[in-house]
Amino acid sequence: MRTTPTSELEPLLPPGVTDDSISERISGIVVKRKMGLGWIGGFAIAFSLLMMFNYAIAVLFAYGVGIWGIQIPVAWGFAIVNFVWWVGIGHAGTFISAVLYLCHQEWRTSINRFTESMTLFAVACAGIFPLIHLGRPWLFYYLFPYPNTMGLWPQFRSPLIWDMFAVTTYAIVSVVFYFVGLLPDLATLRDRSPHRWQRVIYGLLALGWRGAGRQWSRYKMAYLIMAGLATPLVVSVHSIVSLDFAVGIVPGWHTTIMPFYFVAAALQSGFAMGLILIIPVRHFYHLKDIITGRHLANMAKLLLATSLIVGHGYFTDTFMSWYSADPYDKFIVADKFSGAYAIGGWMLMILDVGVPQLIWIRAVRQSPVALFVIAILANVGLWLDHFILVVQSLHSDYLPSEWRMFYGTKWDWMTLFGSFGLFLTLFFVFIRIFPMVAMSEMRGLVHKKPGETKEQGA
Amino acid sequence: MSDKTKIYGLLAEFAGPDELVRGTEEVSEAGYSRVETYTPFAVEGISEALHFRPFAVAVIFLVAALLSAAAGYFMEYYASVISYPENIGGRPLHSWPSFIPITFEMGVLGGVLGGVLGMLVLNRLPRYSHPVANVERFRAASSDAFFLCVESSDPRFQRELTESVLRQAGATQVTEVPLES
Repeated sequence: MRTTPTSELEPLLPPGVTDDSISERISGIVVKRKMGLGWIGGFAIAFSLLMMFNYAIAVLFAYGVGIWGIQIPVAWGFAIVNFVWWVGIGHAGTFISAVLYLCHQEWRTSINRFTESMTLFAVACAGIFPLIHLGRPWLFYYLFPYPNTMGLWPQFRSPLIWDMFAVTTYAIVSVVFYFVGLLPDLATLRDRSPHRWQRVIYGLLALGWRGAGRQWSRYKMAYLIMAGLATPLVVSVHSIVSLDFAVGIVPGWHTTIMPFYFVAAALQSGFAMGLILIIPVRHFYHLKDIITGRHLANMAKLLLATSLIVGHGYFTDTFMSWYSADPYDKFIVADKFSGAYAIGGWMLMILDVGVPQLIWIRAVRQSPVALFVIAILANVGLWLDHFILVVQSLHSDYLPSEWRMFYGTKWDWMTLFGSFGLFLTLFFVFIRIFPMVAMSEMRGLVHKKPGETKEQGA
Repeated sequence: MSDKTKIYGLLAEFAGPDELVRGTEEVSEAGYSRVETYTPFAVEGISEALHFRPFAVAVIFLVAALLSAAAGYFMEYYASVISYPENIGGRPLHSWPSFIPITFEMGVLGGVLGGVLGMLVLNRLPRYSHPVANVERFRAASSDAFFLCVESSDPRFQRELTESVLRQAGATQVTEVPLES
């Protein structure tokens, strides 16, 4: 990848763009482009990982959670870490779609479809972990409040039930938001497909959308309100996930900073994952004039901002444990940086707070390769962050005789890397069947009068 | 008018979004009411030119969200107080603060599902076919063409007169929309 310095104020649209050219380029990738060797190779790798995931889960269902490294006192292991991490990745997609929409940040237009898909697939990965973490996963429906002959109800005062409602709501709302955003683009695909079978499939999916004035009017109103509802939703979801921890009396978990800091960490991992996906795709599909250096720089700035908030969260957490004078809490914080998991404690600080500080440098912001590497490191750091939070807090309980180290088994690792297989497989399928960029919104951007387009990004 | 029964209306193409908004305003001013535009993106000013406000969609969202939130709260109240009361250390059965997260989530879920469904139903979607799609050129309406259709059911509709009104309003091309393909 070339790293030519480009102005951060470069235009959001390629020169000489028209409604037709943008529709042709983006829909052409889906309906006309042949499957390339690169795509097949990438898909093969992703699909192999997915098969490994299925294998690891099949073995898990056959033998039970004993094949994982979890024990007492560390009864929450990789499954919970992965769940928190994947849910968090989804958040940036909703943030870009909803919050930046409400803030009239026009640069979001070329990347929002991308990040919304990322949200869907990340939530799909996340949703699996709490289920396979259950000792008896076939009874997962006990979580739902359904009329049953046992006369039982879920405990509505428990954060775990709130969590189930929050994540289910989030998954459904994300799918609906995605589909509504996709509707006009499906109509475009229907009308531009060269083959009849494509027209039939996209035509059915487009529900007969015609782009009538009154339809658009209701559509925009619905989209605006959905964005307004998704904004508090995205904040609520990870806050509620954090309450799974904060409501418990485990030292290191029982703090009020959790909801705030969880949301920031979620957004950070999502912006990082967005960069990880967008940088290669814009390169291989030659979309550099649609997803410009300015988009990457804006994403990077959001990554930087959230990393500072996360850093602030670490600082407050450490300070409060000292200020509280609670011996157990003070011990667990000291142990994080000097105990058995000290390497993880320091690594996460360096990777998710330290490394993103490089984004302050203009040359780094403008280099896709540098941003790609920073994003990967930041996401590793955030995974470690959740790992330390879950495992290090549990491994040294109130009774020293209970203390025990946690080691992930090969099944733990296979499930973690296998979930990338699920994520990437879905992603490879997405770039073949749906337009990667919201075409109808791009067409709207083409016709914006120059004065209306904000020159400064986020 | 004998041709009134055979055609759905007249489809006029405009050069761009601004021309379409101006044309729609003129056609509305000329007294036509059964008018619809077809555009590849949400053109600003079209709703005003059509004298249309999507008020109902907003109301559906609000009502659906409130009903769903209330239902969520009632479910928790019913489960915790009436159906399965459980005394845990003397804490109140109706512990409303811990019912708020699920009430909120249910409100968002119901609002989004109800509102989107309402938007689709009001838009008469899903719909298998529509007369305007009988015009070959209409396909471009989802890419780069801007159309205005005056329907033959309009009381003022007169084949030749309406066509000249459309042309005066700036239409580059006017086509008849047949009812059957």
